[in-house]
Amino acid sequence: MIEFESVSKSYPGGAQAVNNFSLVVPSHRTVVLVGSSGSGKTTLLRMVNRMVDPTSGRVLIDGDDVRDRDPVALRRSIGYVLQSGGLLPHRTVLDNIATVPVLNGTPRRQARQAAFGLLERVGMDPALGSRYPSELSGGQQQRVGVARALASDPNILLMDEPFGAVDPIVRRELQDELRRLQTALGKTILFVTHDIDEAFRLGDEVVVLREGGVIAQQGSPQEILSNPADEFVREFIGIDTADRQLTTDEVGGRTVVFDGDGRPVGVMAS
Amino acid sequence: MNWLSANWPEVVSLTVDHLFLAIPAIIITIVASVPIGRLAYKRPAIGRPILGVATLLYAIPSLPLLIVIPVLFGTPLRSNATMIIALSIYGVALLVRTAEDAFASVDPQVREAAIAIGNSPRSVFWRVDLPLAMPVLISGIRVVTVSTVSLVTIGALVGVSNLGTLLTDGLQRGIVAEVTTGILATVGLTLALDGLLLASGRLLTPWTRPRRTPRTNTNEAV
Ligand SMILES: Nc1ncnc2c1ncn2[C@@H]1O[C@H](COP(=O)(O)OP(=O)(O)OP(=O)(O)O)[C@@H](O)[C@H]1O
Ligand SMILES: [Mg+2]
Repeated sequence: MIEFESVSKSYPGGAQAVNNFSLVVPSHRTVVLVGSSGSGKTTLLRMVNRMVDPTSGRVLIDGDDVRDRDPVALRRSIGYVLQSGGLLPHRTVLDNIATVPVLNGTPRRQARQAAFGLLERVGMDPALGSRYPSELSGGQQQRVGVARALASDPNILLMDEPFGAVDPIVRRELQDELRRLQTALGKTILFVTHDIDEAFRLGDEVVVLREGGVIAQQGSPQEILSNPADEFVREFIGIDTADRQLTTDEVGGRTVVFDGDGRPVGVMAS
Repeated sequence: MNWLSANWPEVVSLTVDHLFLAIPAIIITIVASVPIGRLAYKRPAIGRPILGVATLLYAIPSLPLLIVIPVLFGTPLRSNATMIIALSIYGVALLVRTAEDAFASVDPQVREAAIAIGNSPRSVFWRVDLPLAMPVLISGIRVVTVSTVSLVTIGALVGVSNLGTLLTDGLQRGIVAEVTTGILATVGLTLALDGLLLASGRLLTPWTRPRRTPRTNTNEAV
């Protein structure tokens, strides 16, 4: 369980990135922080592994203040998937995945062996293990980033727009992959995105942030869709756009669903 | 050619002398320059002045330096130690700036990511900064090597024997073949060491080159 207790962060010379933010991320659940660029998502995520220390307030993991933990040990105990992949360009895929276990003292051979299994786990051909990151596609690199984050079997996964840089079709595949993994592994996931559809697809709970790291609304995707808190949230989730305004009509004995422009988008399951 | 066939054991032994001066100096240069370069990159306030002074050392003329070193370090005047210290000073002057550039060439995002997944400062240096700085560092080391191998010959002027001895001795006694041999052997040694560096640079940075093995064609994973 991760708890943010009224954390704030102001960068020197900069504006307030996060303002009196409180949130509980329950164990084995996926909480998604969603907000536009600069709303403080990355800052909040990095408070958990002490890449950023809050100006005030506390972050607790299972009840313990992270500030009392050694930052290096803390970071090794948390899986982190970075916005831009963040793989080491001079290490092969297998060595990248094996990084944290090797730092923790696992013999290299054994860590590499385990890395093969992790590659399969994230849906990649283990034969790609001997490549360098530059020899992979963007989507493959992100998969490797996920495999690396899982390598030391951490309880907590921090994911910072992990699928932001890939095309929509691949993004969709990676999202499905993550859902499948999460069903099997039950990690505590804090996921950051600015894509509201991604947030609704992945989050057990979604936190909509506005500028300055202030919570605009927090709840399950259903709650937010059915009852947006204010105009900002309505706008952000696009509730009034054609994509979200669905209607149904009987066509040939089936109930067909149409979007706001009258285009058919699906049928109701019978 | 006659001169060479009569004197080749001497040439070989002078080549060995030459190497015993150049190689320790190059190693000391690397070991001293890398930390200074890194300091200059990480803490410019402290490191830049040190780097500036180190770079200026190159302006010291060599013969006075060979006299000052025994005074400062207590080494004998005509000794390998004096020569190696002098060569190292010139080497450091040449290499520190490139060493700083080498660390500056490492993508800060990669370094940040390495820290974020749990590398300690020490492992960031050994596993991330140093290997990624290697291509630029090697290019600097190659320059230092070429410069050092030719600077060694100055030692002959103060009586430290090396391939430069062939030049001083040949000039004194008017043996053209000896002078030519000295020049060619020095150039040959430079090229050999440079080739060695080039090869080890390749070995140390395999990720910078495209694979010889063709990419396996896998479509199943995106
Ligand atoms: N190291 C820093 N120094 C100064 N200001 C910073 C720093 N990091 C972030 N900020 C500022 O803090 C605010 C929040 O940044 P943050 O990176 O947390 O946003 P984000 O929601 O992750 O944005 P994005 O979607 O673009 O990644 C921004 O205004 C940003 O300019
Ligand atoms: Mg961000």
